[in-house]
Amino acid sequence: MSSEARIHLERVGKTYPGTKVPAVEDLTLDVYDGEILVLVGPSGCGKSTTLRLINRMIEPSGGRILLDGEDVTHGSPDKLRRRIGYVIQQIGLFPHQTIAQNIATLPKMLGWEKARITARVDELMTTVGLDPEQYRDRYPKELSGGQAQRVGVARALGVDPDIMLMDEPFGAIDPITRDRLQNEFLRLQGELRKSIVFVTHDIDEAIKMGDRIAILGERSKIRQIDTPERILAYPVDDFVNDFIGTGSTIKGLNFLKVSSLTLTHYPRMTTDEDPQKGIARLQESGSDWLVLVDDQHRPLRWLSEDDLSGAEVDSEEGGEALGEFLESDNTLFQALEQMVQSAAAASIVVNATGAFEGVVQMEHLAKAVRRAQMEARLHYEELEATNT
Amino acid sequence: MESSNWFAYVRDNFDLILEATIAHARIVLIVIALATVFSLLLGVLVSRRPVLRAIALTVAGILLTIPSLALFALFIPLVGIGNRPAMIALFLYAILPILRNTVTGLDSVSPAVVESAKGMGMNPRQQLLRVRLPLAWPVIMAGVRISSLLVVGIAAIAVLVGGDGLGSFIQAGLTRRGLPNAANSVFVGVVFTVLLGLVLDMVFATVQRFTTSRGLRI
Repeated sequence: MSSEARIHLERVGKTYPGTKVPAVEDLTLDVYDGEILVLVGPSGCGKSTTLRLINRMIEPSGGRILLDGEDVTHGSPDKLRRRIGYVIQQIGLFPHQTIAQNIATLPKMLGWEKARITARVDELMTTVGLDPEQYRDRYPKELSGGQAQRVGVARALGVDPDIMLMDEPFGAIDPITRDRLQNEFLRLQGELRKSIVFVTHDIDEAIKMGDRIAILGERSKIRQIDTPERILAYPVDDFVNDFIGTGSTIKGLNFLKVSSLTLTHYPRMTTDEDPQKGIARLQESGSDWLVLVDDQHRPLRWLSEDDLSGAEVDSEEGGEALGEFLESDNTLFQALEQMVQSAAAASIVVNATGAFEGVVQMEHLAKAVRRAQMEARLHYEELEATNT
Repeated sequence: MESSNWFAYVRDNFDLILEATIAHARIVLIVIALATVFSLLLGVLVSRRPVLRAIALTVAGILLTIPSLALFALFIPLVGIGNRPAMIALFLYAILPILRNTVTGLDSVSPAVVESAKGMGMNPRQQLLRVRLPLAWPVIMAGVRISSLLVVGIAAIAVLVGGDGLGSFIQAGLTRRGLPNAANSVFVGVVFTVLLGLVLDMVFATVQRFTTSRGLRI
């Protein structure tokens, strides 16, 4: 496995002189090609320290660091850092230089020629969503936090490193801009496929950004390292469970799709059918509600027995609104969102042409969650078996 | 004393006054140039070594407490009389403001900026020359300006150890107290020293403005 790893930390440790307890103890960790590995944990667990051991901003007290199989524990730290993109929370743009000069720092340091640097700067600015014409000659003090961190990312990408280290990069930015930057960064990563170690204290950011998450405890001990889905489905101990916090099962619904469900039959009625038929179907199925559909089977309203007993069925105002429709690639989280607003405590699923397929109800969600938990547990049992 | 009298005195003795002013300026500029180079180098050297730093700043501070005439006279046995003992003493005085501002300026550079410079693979020399010094520069220049004003003033005493400068007008006026134009002479010394100080400060301010990045101006 470790031969495939872009970054391999082998029994790396850090003890600050004068202290007895190590900040990082005996850590072995792999980062694979093209993945975002998120290091997350409570304050003081050593996640930032671990990150900074990788580019030797902090020198390890013990252990080895391998990049693409090459031992970089000793040797020039400056050379090492030029291969790695580094983005920090406070951004750290050089205030005395323009945006273009900031982004050009690494190419210039490596002796690229002027024309190539200019082209690269423009390219990077466009990539991070800053118009070169507008921003090239601005100074950092003129930028907002979100814009500044875009420049920070562009600068880190200067000479196209394969590896990036990001230390709470969006931590100092307001939630709305942070959300947007996260989305844009994920889109960028989809194209560039860098190998990234990303530190955050926010479990939701970890779930959103990470291909894998490492939940770190004291002294950077790995409590669980796995995909977000599996960690949410199966936290291995109380520490992880507490750290993920309440609502973790509900968060896990983000990773399950409507397409994985078997939708049960649900009573329905077309607009041209007699209301009495509808009442009959309700009584037959024991359901409180049915779905009124049009001649193309597109869902229109929830109708109860009371609505059907009235003089006429109004297809616009009668009964209750259906909420937003789900399709097969929507998540169960989105299904739950609709469900809790619905009079019938169910959410509507339609097919590609918009025709009514069925509903998602609480039983479906519970079944899907239990299945995911079981799969995760089986996975860990297999892992135990192969390790012993 | 009538002011018209004084202006007449200035007009009559203008070449002498100009000569003295230029001599005074020359002393100041040479001293400031040397003190800046020295203090910059020393400041960079001690900025990350707290013990050395404390020693350097304390010593430079103590030098300033030594009465100027005494410090000037101290160097006469070594280099004789004239401008030289004065300039050595002035050099020692000029160190403290520049040294202290160099150290403070380097300290005040945002740690995040230094962290990102280091994280990009800049070695300490590159960090210093490309990031830390340019960012500390406004504070350093402020120290240079303070030193130059200090030196302009104290240099007036150079005349007492045989040196040149506008001090000669002050001295002449004081020793010939009561005689005609004595007061005018003193005032010439004072006024032109002040004017020289103002002009030098304006020159340095302009230099500071042109050497400071637009990104740093408030």
